[in-house]
Amino acid sequence: MQIYLPIAEISLDVFLLLGLGGLIGFLSGLFGVGGGFLMTPLLIFIGVPPAIAVATQANHVVASSVSGVLGQWRRGNVDFKMGAVLLAGGFVGSTLGVALFSLLRGLGQIDLVINLSYVTLLGIIGTLLMMEGGRALLRRRRKVAPRKAHVHNWAHGLPMKMRFRKSRLYISALLPLSVGFGVGMLSAIMGVGGGFILVPLMIYVLGMPTSVVIGTSLFQIIFVSANVTFLQATQNQTVDLVLALLLVAGGVIGAQFGSRMGARLPGDSLRLMLGVVILGVALRLLTELVVAPDDIYSLGVG
Amino acid sequence: MAGIAKLRPARLALAALVVALGVALPARAIPLVADLSEHLVAITTGFAGADVLLFGAVEDEGDVVVVVRGPEQNQVMHRKSEVAGIWINTARAVFESVPSYYFVASSRPLEEIAETPVLRSNEMGLDQLRLNLRNRASPNIVEQWRSALIRNKQREGLYVREPQTVTFLGDNLFRTTVSFPTNVPVGLYRVDTYFLREGRIVSAQTTPLNVSKIGLEAELYSFAHDHAGAYGVVAVVFALVAGWLGHLAFRRP
Repeated sequence: MQIYLPIAEISLDVFLLLGLGGLIGFLSGLFGVGGGFLMTPLLIFIGVPPAIAVATQANHVVASSVSGVLGQWRRGNVDFKMGAVLLAGGFVGSTLGVALFSLLRGLGQIDLVINLSYVTLLGIIGTLLMMEGGRALLRRRRKVAPRKAHVHNWAHGLPMKMRFRKSRLYISALLPLSVGFGVGMLSAIMGVGGGFILVPLMIYVLGMPTSVVIGTSLFQIIFVSANVTFLQATQNQTVDLVLALLLVAGGVIGAQFGSRMGARLPGDSLRLMLGVVILGVALRLLTELVVAPDDIYSLGVG
Repeated sequence: MAGIAKLRPARLALAALVVALGVALPARAIPLVADLSEHLVAITTGFAGADVLLFGAVEDEGDVVVVVRGPEQNQVMHRKSEVAGIWINTARAVFESVPSYYFVASSRPLEEIAETPVLRSNEMGLDQLRLNLRNRASPNIVEQWRSALIRNKQREGLYVREPQTVTFLGDNLFRTTVSFPTNVPVGLYRVDTYFLREGRIVSAQTTPLNVSKIGLEAELYSFAHDHAGAYGVVAVVFALVAGWLGHLAFRRP
């Protein structure tokens, strides 16, 4: 059954879009990532114009993150204090990121920058997660003693120390602020929620326990994505509500199943699986960059 | 299925025309009459492309050529080349006043109907389309950009792949079907029907065709463009509520 999308100006199959929303929602609930890094390439692949895909999936991420964060909140897995500090950095970062996005688009190379950013970041993070998850799984099988709770390093010498009870951390507020800033900036440029970058940073840089990472990142992503949705709607008119409605309908259902399954799976398996998914997307995008295109000429917009 | 249902009123109109001409022709000969089954292609929620039937009659033997052009726009094009192992856009060209949609149909192959100058001045056939490149370039390069533009437009289904046929029913009645894909640009289209005899245009008729969004689709589009701020707020609130509802619906007691 075909449905016409008024902003994207194309017709697509209703069930294809619902299914896509459901799949991304499931992954979102399972891993605590917004799913934008998967949604954007998939939407473009099925024929949605890139600008519309980026803006509309930001709206979808808001809905699936709300749905996911409420489930996490009920289980007490959200560190609101940490979330608020991350968010403060995120707002500044995403606002600057939108400015940088406009600048790059003016230069006519935004597609390339987006693609390269994806390949680089997804490649690094996917590899790290897979190595970490795989090593941990092997270690558990060999029944070796678990790792220390967290390691002390140079970051603990920074000023503005704050206590985050939920995360059992006493660290400088500058750390989560700069993590929020960096992710906010990247998420604006790449048009994603940023969970796939945020989650590993929270684990490796901030040293947060895996149990609260998912809920807290979803909490922060809601606000950053809402900001991106609003900016895209007002500046570019690229948010397609009909498309968003279908993706969200599939997404909220998928997220419920995902977050239940996520609660049952051990953290190390989750990391390994997330790593595999992220590396897969990175490879797919890399192929597009290096393989000679069927037609070196393409239609531009404007 | 929808296509057949859509064609049925067109068949009736065709039958009516046959009757009308049967009465009218002996009185006064009209060189060419043509009309469309619909003058409005309405893009609604269920829009999955549309077929519009063009039908008409000519006074005596000759050839019929139909050209349909969508609203004109400037078209930017990019060309990729390999830089350090990565394919990136390195060249850019702009064509001015390019028809966003192009369709051509004829009763015989175009080159048999008329000489090139006649075809060219009326843009009959993809080869005869006037596409003005804004950039200065050698004829060879211009030709590459030009064929790339046509190729890409064809891939999007907006330019006809090869000339379609105008079918004659008897000696005087003709018909052809113009197909519009789902990504058809909105605006005012121009449908030109030509009647040619011995390579010269005897008669021509221009019929306008409107392609526009209707109902909810049109309202959402104008809301998004005219009240962008409010639209943004609605989008965010909708997402928040939808997420909350999803949570409520699946909450375990």
